[in-house]
Amino acid sequence: MYLTLAWRNIWRNKRRSFITIGSITFAVFLACIMRSMQLGSYERMIENAARFYTGYIQVHKNGFWDDKTIDNSFEYNKSLISKIENTPGVEVAVPRVESFALAAFGTKTKGAFVLGIAPEKEDQLTRVKDKLVEGSYLSKDDKSVMIAQGLAEYLKMGIGDTIILISQGYHGANAAGIYPVKGIMKFPIPDQNNQTVYLPLKEAQWFYNLENQLTSIALVVDKANHVEIIVADISVQLDTTALEVMGWYDLMPDLVQGIEIDNISGKVMLWILYSVIGFGMFGTYLMMTAERMYEFGVMMSVGMKRILMQFIIFIEMVMMTSIGVIMGVGISLPILIYYYNNPIFISGEAATAIENFGVEAAYFFSLQPSLFYNQAWAIFIMALILSLYPLIIIQNLKPVKAMREAI
Amino acid sequence: MSVIKVENITKVYTETAVPVHALNGVSFEIQEGEFTAIVGPSGCGKTTLLNILGGLDHPTSGRVEISNIDITEMKDSDLINFRLNNIGFVFQAYNLIPVLTTLENVEFIMLLQKVDKKKRRKRSMDLLEQMGIAEKANQRPSELSGGQQQRVAVARALASKPNFILADEPTANLDSVSTSNLLDIMAVMNREEKETFIFSTHDQRVIDKARRVITLEDGRVKSDEIRE
Repeated sequence: MYLTLAWRNIWRNKRRSFITIGSITFAVFLACIMRSMQLGSYERMIENAARFYTGYIQVHKNGFWDDKTIDNSFEYNKSLISKIENTPGVEVAVPRVESFALAAFGTKTKGAFVLGIAPEKEDQLTRVKDKLVEGSYLSKDDKSVMIAQGLAEYLKMGIGDTIILISQGYHGANAAGIYPVKGIMKFPIPDQNNQTVYLPLKEAQWFYNLENQLTSIALVVDKANHVEIIVADISVQLDTTALEVMGWYDLMPDLVQGIEIDNISGKVMLWILYSVIGFGMFGTYLMMTAERMYEFGVMMSVGMKRILMQFIIFIEMVMMTSIGVIMGVGISLPILIYYYNNPIFISGEAATAIENFGVEAAYFFSLQPSLFYNQAWAIFIMALILSLYPLIIIQNLKPVKAMREAI
Repeated sequence: MSVIKVENITKVYTETAVPVHALNGVSFEIQEGEFTAIVGPSGCGKTTLLNILGGLDHPTSGRVEISNIDITEMKDSDLINFRLNNIGFVFQAYNLIPVLTTLENVEFIMLLQKVDKKKRRKRSMDLLEQMGIAEKANQRPSELSGGQQQRVAVARALASKPNFILADEPTANLDSVSTSNLLDIMAVMNREEKETFIFSTHDQRVIDKARRVITLEDGRVKSDEIRE
């Protein structure tokens, strides 16, 4: 009967209960939407950054990350690749040779970032084919290059022209080569657009005198949040005195820091929202307590223990809060599912301005389960903390005084 | 047998600028089965006395024994339990729980006493029948007249099988017919079930029915009249 009593008490003043439940619903709804947008943008930033270049995980020689020279390369063998590719969660292992060269055409020269790639695997990671604006994509046996649009414009060259690359190969060997341009790509980030040259992996190994060596293996994984586990799994299988396995968070500390700073501001906004809603809820709790003071006095007069009365009031609060939380999640979930599948794309000048920072001009949404239960718990706990007020009032209640003052 | 023994109680309210002596050396005994009215003008100390008899308030000095147990020194938490098992309350404004049905309101006290569900349902229905409102068992208080609500309140007070029932101005909000019906029911309960009733009242109809009338004036017992 206590539960029945609590349930019916909720509906004895429908307007007050609707206001309380409505504020909880609104708080959960707004918090879920805000948080989903924020986490969605982080997920997209991480995915973009990982897929843009580094991969979610990278395997390279110990020391390469601090000193990215061609001498810090390691042997590329089938056993290594199969160990990595057979690790649960790894989808593709993308081999690379990365170094620098002086690119020349006619009378112009420019420093270039040379990337030796396995064309099909690279496309699975960075979707580089989509960046092609002219010519055609590399195949693994080509003896040609693809260059970024900015570099092509600087060197004033086009498809079919021959680029000269000069560099220093493995252990100081001379590196020089002449390659026809097969494709031109456009990248959103200016640095990348002004200096990137793609070579097929075999040709890059030949160019740098690397003899079946790589500078890194970038990995595509099934889920970004599995990275830590996969890094640990791969590290166990490899000789970590020779090779280093790094997750995206170690590869891109600036991004992690940026996300953390932005995340803090997002959380501050959430707490401001919680506080505003909390004051509203507290108002209804004050009203409820004042309205029922006489009744509390009567209940205690006829022999109802304080603890029992507090239990009933607490159950009322739990019921109202639960309804609000469930409604908030229930309303936000279908909206977020829709926007998760249909991100909001920005167009016009705003889009161009955003894209200039190398970020996609769109609002992305996350459906991480934690965003729902974190908001639900936060609001739930806040509502329960606020409900301490009537419980404290009951704890100190004197029945005669309560009945006298409530009249 | 003495149900209530009041010995020289005083009550002084000191919260006000000038201390108010609400009760000043009140003593009397109530025997089992009495039908007693406590009367007197407004401010004479009736409600204060009833609150002290009901363990809702502590006297400044003096003793109150209920069934030979001194309640004046009891802690608040013990008093709540004591009230539940020994005292039935009927209030002027009925004070039924609005969200419970008539039957549930009567059952509620027994629920607090942890009485088995079957037993409390049966006793509640029996009491509602005795009060003549069994057909209203599933209705909420708001659907009942004032007289009917007060009969539910009496049933609720009786449900816990208390040593006595304290009724604070029980007829103040009732019309003459409802008052007459309520008094008849309480008189029957008193006569046949030996229930002890103590009223505070201004209502002459209640005073006329009472077999003992204690009159208070300025916080003292002015007269104590026992009628045959």
